[in-house]
Amino acid sequence: MLCSSSAARRYQRRVIILAVVYTALLFSAVYLLNRHLVTGVVAYIVGILPALPVVGFFGAIGMYLTEERDEYLRMLLVRQSLVATGLAMTGATLWGFLEGFDLLPHLVGYAWPILWFGGLGLGACVNHVLERNPA
Amino acid sequence: MNNHLRTLRAEHGWSQQDLAERLDVSRQSVNAIETGRYDPSLPLAFKIAELFGCAIEDIFVSPSRG
Repeated sequence: MLCSSSAARRYQRRVIILAVVYTALLFSAVYLLNRHLVTGVVAYIVGILPALPVVGFFGAIGMYLTEERDEYLRMLLVRQSLVATGLAMTGATLWGFLEGFDLLPHLVGYAWPILWFGGLGLGACVNHVLERNPA
Repeated sequence: MNNHLRTLRAEHGWSQQDLAERLDVSRQSVNAIETGRYDPSLPLAFKIAELFGCAIEDIFVSPSRG
């Protein structure tokens, strides 16, 4: 993230924890579901568990925005998130239409949050370019 | 927004980090405000003005007046 304010450090800690939990839950779910070791309602619960840390990432960003006392740093993350949202929604719209016309294969829905997280990287680049000091 | 923050800071012999600590913001914020890339909120503008013992308009140049 942008700078090491105390809110940013808490955000980074939360993201690391969520990433570890996500990895553990994903591997567990893949193992259990691919081998049909769980069925019925339990299969649904196991299947949704890896999604929860991903939702948590969005929550972590929201918490950072509410906890960060530095308005300039908040503005940078808001801009970064807007770039990510624009990228993901544009991608989903374009792919959706092309898929609807049978011009592209079906893409799983969780591809769009992944693209959104990639968009945060693009947003960071946009911030870097826009916030460069004039020579 | 154009401003005289850099000059005021220099007059006090403060680095950007010194000013940032006094305002409880990041050094990046001070840099962005000084270079006119970021316009502070009214509460932060008041905080800056009070720190230097000036009015807001003594530090920040009204966009309508160039």
